[in-house]
Amino acid sequence: MSVGAPKIDVTVAEVVEVNSLIKRFRFVRADGGAMPPFSGGAHVVVEMEENGTRRLNPYSLMSDPSDTSGYSISVRRDDLGRGGSLYLHKQVKAGMRMQISHPVNLFPIDARAKKHLLLAGGIGITPFMSMMGQLQKMGQKFELHYSARSPQLGAYCETLAATYGDRVHLYYDEAGQAVDLDRLLQGQPLGTHLYICGPKGMIGWAKSRAEAAGWPRNTVHSEEFLAPPVGNPFDVELAASGVTVTVGAAQSILEAMEAAGVDAPYLCRGGACGQCETAVIRCDGHIHHHDHWLTPEDKASNRKIMPCVSRFEGKSLVLDR
Amino acid sequence: MTKTLFEPSIRSRPVYGELSPRAGSAHLFIADGEGAEAITDMFAKAGADAPALLAKSHIIYMPGPYGTDLSAALQALGAAQFHRAPSFNAAELRIRKVLTDAHMGLQVYLAGTETVIGLAQREVMMAGLPFEAVQTEHRGSLSRRVQCVHCKGVTENVTTDPFVCSHCGLNLFVRDHYSRRLAAFQGVNIDAEDPGLVPAAVERFK
Repeated sequence: MSVGAPKIDVTVAEVVEVNSLIKRFRFVRADGGAMPPFSGGAHVVVEMEENGTRRLNPYSLMSDPSDTSGYSISVRRDDLGRGGSLYLHKQVKAGMRMQISHPVNLFPIDARAKKHLLLAGGIGITPFMSMMGQLQKMGQKFELHYSARSPQLGAYCETLAATYGDRVHLYYDEAGQAVDLDRLLQGQPLGTHLYICGPKGMIGWAKSRAEAAGWPRNTVHSEEFLAPPVGNPFDVELAASGVTVTVGAAQSILEAMEAAGVDAPYLCRGGACGQCETAVIRCDGHIHHHDHWLTPEDKASNRKIMPCVSRFEGKSLVLDR
Repeated sequence: MTKTLFEPSIRSRPVYGELSPRAGSAHLFIADGEGAEAITDMFAKAGADAPALLAKSHIIYMPGPYGTDLSAALQALGAAQFHRAPSFNAAELRIRKVLTDAHMGLQVYLAGTETVIGLAQREVMMAGLPFEAVQTEHRGSLSRRVQCVHCKGVTENVTTDPFVCSHCGLNLFVRDHYSRRLAAFQGVNIDAEDPGLVPAAVERFK
């Protein structure tokens, strides 16, 4: 059950190889109509069907939010992942029909901010591309600090620098460049909000530096989609549905429920939004909580689980679904 | 007078905490009347950390609505800057200037009456800090700043319920319904249906 509106039938209008790791995909409506408008920072869930395996992965929209002729996403190939990015890279070609969800925004601009400080690492640049399009139109103050491994792997570095000029600051790991975050955080005018998107380590580091510098918690925003981790297969009993499903090694509990025809709620499928939160009726074993939605107390209690990313190890797990 | 205890009320009614030192690059204190004691108490609790904190502190203080003036105790703390203003209104431009020049990392501490806490919090919000990021502690008078929902005039230092609007003369019932934007409680006409049928005024907010 996707929450809210039905899915959008799309045609892949264009596939562009941005660099050796990143491809950009553009979707237009199959019926030729306009796409729904979205806000900067929004994502869509892309549905993929490959050899009987159904994957639904979230990707940030990077096109201009006011452009309703189509949506663009950029996907970094993860050779060790569960296969979603590999499928997009290897199988998806221009002209193909696909299904995507309506846009959902878990990483919106806070309109109360006086200035927006954007901190991107690697492929984490994508939500900021739509955000900057929106901020520019709103006449808002912003500044992007974007770290990439090298100029070759830094997607869109040149385009961004050309469009936004000295509001864009680039750092290349290979050249030994790194953002001086403490200094950057100290020099921001009151009312600045910080937005972080990138690898887990970078998000944790930036959040802790901001806290140490006295930035209030609700002026610091971040987004990280987790891919469901792989692990050993296990069984889950779904009490309300009266079925027991086996969760495969490269499958999430949510995907196993869907494969069994159980209509479970979801939104981001990446442990961020909280929509799929499910009560645990009985747990004889250990839940591996991978989400960043539940509080540490919730996780320790073993009374709740996020089926989109979390796994289980032990004798039996019974969920209220 | 120590920290005030409030009866539980509707969600709109502001609640106050207890000031405690936080990590930050600068510290701004705005207080009136008995609020000075919330600040001196906080520094007393900070102990050995107090001198470093004071070196980055700016205290703006004004006497309370009934004249309580504890300037001497605050000044004796030895903050980097201390400013005594005769009223909030007189301090307003200074507060705006301080907030305009401030950087992220500034910690804001407000103490004293609801009126001064509310007015200062409004300035801080307009400067871009979320209201949840501001620490507050109530001390002193409970008198209220009330907006007449009919004529929109604000009456200061309301102590009784109902009271007569100082602008349009309507008899107003004082609600716990509060506006952060206006920094005022809402007053609603109590005898709209039966003009003249007004309950006796009770001193509820001394």
